Amino acid sequence: MAEIKVTPLGAGQDVGRSCILVTIGGKNIMLDCGMHMGFNDDRRFPDFSYITRTGRLTEHLDCVIISHFHLDHCGALPYMSEIVGYDGPIYMTQPTKAICPILLEDYRKITVERKGETNFFTSAMIKDCMKKVIIVNLHQTVQVDDELEITAYYAGHVLGAAMFRMKVGSQSVVYTGDYNMTPDRHLGAAWIDKCRPDILITESTYATTIRDSKRCRERDFLQKIHDCIEKGGKVLIPVFALGRAQELCILVETFWDRMNLTVPVYFSLGLTEKANHYYKLFIMWTNQKIRKTFVKRNLFDFKHIKPFDRGYIHNPGPMVVFATPGMLHAGLSLQIFRNWASNPLNMVIMPGYCVAGTVGNKILSGAKKIEMENRQVIDVKLSVQYMSFSAHADAKGIMQLIRMCEPKNVILVHGEAKKMEFLKQKITGEFGIQCHMPANGEVVAMETKANLTADVSLSLLKRSIALSGDALKDVKKPRVLHGAVTISGEKMHLEDASKTMQQLGMTEHEIRFTSTVTIPSMSMEVVQKKLKRRFPHQSVQLTSDGSILVGSVLVKVAGESEESLDLLVSWPYQEEDLGSSLFTILQHGFASHTET
Amino acid sequence: MKLYCLSDHPNAPCLLLTFKSTTILLDCGLDLTSLQHFLPLTLVPSARLNSLPPWTVTGDISTQLKDDLKKELKECSGRVFVDSSPEVCLPELGIVDFSTVDAILVSNYHCMLALPFITEYTGFKGRVYCTDPTQQTGRQLMEEFVEYMERVPRAKTAVNWKKPSVLKMLPAPLRDIAWATSLRRCYTTHDINSCMSKVRVTAFSEKLNLFGSLMVSPHSSGYCLGSCNWVIKSDYEKVCYVSSSSFLTTHSIPILQEPLKNSDLLLLTGITQTPAHNPDSMLGEFCSNLTVTIKNGGNVLVPCYPSGIIYDLFECLSGYMDSVGLTQVPMFFVSPVADSSLAYSQIFSEWLCAQKQSKVFLPEPPFPHAELIKSGRLKHFSTIHGDFSSHFKTPCVVFTGHPSLRLGDAVHFMELWGKSSSNTVIFIEPNFSYLDALAPYQPLAMKACYCPIDTAISFPQATKMIKELKPLHVVLPECYLTPPTSQPLRTDLVVEAEVAPTPYKRGSVLHLPIKRRLERIEITPELAGSLAPIEVKPGVFVSTVTGTITARDNKYILQEAPKQALPSTPSSQPIRKRKREDDGGVSETAHPKQYVYGNLEVEELVQALAKNGITDVKVEDTASGHIIHLQTEDTIIQLEEGSTHIFCEGNEPLRRKLRDTLIACLPSF
Repeated sequence: MAEIKVTPLGAGQDVGRSCILVTIGGKNIMLDCGMHMGFNDDRRFPDFSYITRTGRLTEHLDCVIISHFHLDHCGALPYMSEIVGYDGPIYMTQPTKAICPILLEDYRKITVERKGETNFFTSAMIKDCMKKVIIVNLHQTVQVDDELEITAYYAGHVLGAAMFRMKVGSQSVVYTGDYNMTPDRHLGAAWIDKCRPDILITESTYATTIRDSKRCRERDFLQKIHDCIEKGGKVLIPVFALGRAQELCILVETFWDRMNLTVPVYFSLGLTEKANHYYKLFIMWTNQKIRKTFVKRNLFDFKHIKPFDRGYIHNPGPMVVFATPGMLHAGLSLQIFRNWASNPLNMVIMPGYCVAGTVGNKILSGAKKIEMENRQVIDVKLSVQYMSFSAHADAKGIMQLIRMCEPKNVILVHGEAKKMEFLKQKITGEFGIQCHMPANGEVVAMETKANLTADVSLSLLKRSIALSGDALKDVKKPRVLHGAVTISGEKMHLEDASKTMQQLGMTEHEIRFTSTVTIPSMSMEVVQKKLKRRFPHQSVQLTSDGSILVGSVLVKVAGESEESLDLLVSWPYQEEDLGSSLFTILQHGFASHTET
Repeated sequence: MKLYCLSDHPNAPCLLLTFKSTTILLDCGLDLTSLQHFLPLTLVPSARLNSLPPWTVTGDISTQLKDDLKKELKECSGRVFVDSSPEVCLPELGIVDFSTVDAILVSNYHCMLALPFITEYTGFKGRVYCTDPTQQTGRQLMEEFVEYMERVPRAKTAVNWKKPSVLKMLPAPLRDIAWATSLRRCYTTHDINSCMSKVRVTAFSEKLNLFGSLMVSPHSSGYCLGSCNWVIKSDYEKVCYVSSSSFLTTHSIPILQEPLKNSDLLLLTGITQTPAHNPDSMLGEFCSNLTVTIKNGGNVLVPCYPSGIIYDLFECLSGYMDSVGLTQVPMFFVSPVADSSLAYSQIFSEWLCAQKQSKVFLPEPPFPHAELIKSGRLKHFSTIHGDFSSHFKTPCVVFTGHPSLRLGDAVHFMELWGKSSSNTVIFIEPNFSYLDALAPYQPLAMKACYCPIDTAISFPQATKMIKELKPLHVVLPECYLTPPTSQPLRTDLVVEAEVAPTPYKRGSVLHLPIKRRLERIEITPELAGSLAPIEVKPGVFVSTVTGTITARDNKYILQEAPKQALPSTPSSQPIRKRKREDDGGVSETAHPKQYVYGNLEVEELVQALAKNGITDVKVEDTASGHIIHLQTEDTIIQLEEGSTHIFCEGNEPLRRKLRDTLIACLPSF
């Protein structure tokens, strides 16, 4: 009985600082290494002291896997590898490796340069950390060591997002990271094969939501923007630099095209512009439609959307601005918000989830006054809209993924406890499998029942299948295999018993029984007929010298008189059951026996 | 395990392997050398080609046929060509039922051009597996070829010249066409699309499960974008299919050799087609010829495929031309698929060598041709019509297809530039003999250079590779065992291996000497727990085992048999009664519960019998052992080396007692 252990260090009944430890087949794996946007103290990073209080993590971890480039999944990586200390392999996809350091640098700048924090990771640390990264391609099976292998699957959540399957021997765990089961404007839907893992660790951000059709939401979104600019208002859309921003840009771009609008649309310079280059180079990670048409027209070359300059904040007249970061917790989006918040004509559209503690979260929960870091209080008069464009799987999607990979157990992470509870009920109810939702630091240990593997000689296997008959007709019918299993060290070998003895240099000891019995006089043909009736599954043959063979039991005439027939019954020990029962039948005489 | 060899062209392979009741087609190469026998397809009617004299057959055939052949055969500078829509040579399709093929594994885009013939015209129902770049580039090659063919529609295909009776009367090289019956017109765009819909793309080192019985993985072969070698594994056997590998540093990911080691069987194809030409020195020659031509005011034509080595040439050439002061000379790339070839090359970064791959982290396109296009040094067009003429200026370098010089825009440039000795045509693709390619253009004033750049492994490399991979058996095309016909003295241009390789030729069926002896079976923990292993030797334990096998997805699981092992057919009344009586349902199919081995000491048995109350015994020595006589019961136990025989007079309880006593005296498991 082997055990798999799963311990969330972050994202246990929470969204933020995703970091989950998995122990499988003696291998320790860290899944994601994120930061929490709701905290500015120690709690922003996972608690690595859980792994070890002294020394580096290298000897405690076999590998680290990063699912995608969002900071709540990779934000603590340089801290973990360079400050706590980890020199082992870090696996991620190519787009993640390309984009992750940019976001980390951006995060570092905001924290150190704006907020003036010291004792944070440096640019050099980000570089050193990225040197430890090994790229994993989709569906490629990477051998981490002789026993542990990992495979990445498309997750659809952002460019380069992947789900990972880890396998040691016959045990396996799937970690979804964040994923999306419905294709959107630039990404495809998550997919995994029916790999029947022992445990599926899935995100559950939208555990209780069943989202309405995407088309409606898009129409709503455009309608709201349109209404606002008609009235002369300004629209602020805080976004993450990569991902949602590109999808919404495509949406707005095509709308402006169709409606012939001239109101300016901007995106914050730098990150987003560079991001579009990545999208052009990583077209293979976008959805099929974009991949098919990219040669003729690259959708990420925008015509209407222009780069934004801070000076434009006070420009008169309507405009639409995409600005980072997405949760209004710092940077340009927050600066614009401060300036526009007091005008009721303006609007802010929050297109995604906001973690607790951020300005985004506060205004979404209806706060009318927001206190800023410099104790300045802002009146929130502008219209606050929430649109769930976040590319997470909803409850339906999560159930769909479970159906897709057929796990034996499910563990929920990356969600709120109350919502998880609901989904847990649903999963146990619908699939009849165990579902856990551990809090941070709580260990879920599971026994896995694994079959033992043995080598079986092909001739024995084929013979056993053929003997049971109808092998072709009824494949599902159970067939009996009998032999000897030799165990030496880790190896098990199944073979015919006499062959096994031969191979091991043992001489089989043959035992044979010969017994005599007297029955009423009858011809051997009659005896054969009677025996045939009694042993319908055996071959009952009359040999040329007048004896009968039932299986390998020999029935031979020893002498006969007018009333009786003396028979010699002889069988080897291997046929003891058959020989003994045949002998008993003869001894009782056929007739009397049948009638009792 | 059997191998059906459908093609023996080592660079257009097509092999069918049957293994563990799975049928796998390895590659689908199309032999394009047949194109050399046809006249070029010109877009604008060529006065020169139209006025070629017909070739008259001298032989014993009807005048009607003679007249027909006059229309089909034309003579140009002493060589005879077929005036017809060109035809390509298919693999041998007759000896295999393609509806039984489960999977087609494609190793690189050059080896899949016959794919639509198989997926669309043979009843094939399986899946095609290849990498993403292989699919995209293969599609581009097919589309370009079809486009070139359809641009110049020809109503009729010549058929008479192919008749065996006629063929033998024709001069060489027509006379020597080996597989005239396999010549076909090309497929259509519709066929390509339908064929591509049957493709499942794979990643390098992906483990593909075929019906649970085989595990198939592609591993980088280093030859071109997305090219791979295939490893086909069961739980115990391993077959490696190596097709066109390369150890040279080009733009693609380097070859991964580790997974190919220690196989039971290595199938080797795709060694360099130009063993006498070193790719690096060819590149140097290419550059110097180009410089001389352009400096003399001439133009350079490079007949090529729309992807592959040209990416490296664009990069290398632009740098070289800068260094010799030819920065102003434009490079033109003309192909119906030029735009998609250039665009796709930039997005397959995961399939590129580390140096190119690292560019995307900047983020920059991996190949410099993006920059060359932006600066106007490289201009690409889908055809020479339309836009091209307004950008065209000489002197220039033109890259265009088809390398056979029988179709595509290359034909046009040959006609245009062929009359002037200041122009040069430089051959870089290794698939075609350049003399054959030029034959219908003779007499030719233009200079011709042959600088084939074939990055595939050389013969010594192949020999070394086999040595390192240590396969038990090697199978390869027959032609690899003798020096090339063009260089019969170069005995170094053969493949050598410690174990003599098995050669194949087109149409042969090989029975491969790989005996499967073992299969994997899983034993449930319940059954494993019920075993009682006996240590028969230090560290070696043996136990009898009886269980029921279930097979699902070709995986076998052994589990505990149900307690009541009833016969599977409904038994009639009397049998059931009997069973009940024979103490507890002894089935006739029951298996021995234990096995006894070794020898018996007669004294030990006598003592054991005594312990069980049988004392009235007499032991006699015989020639081969002993006889124990139970005097009162008229029962004899005959002991011999390795066997014991008990004779008794129908006293069943006594027999069972003797049996149990005997077995207790012997070691058993």
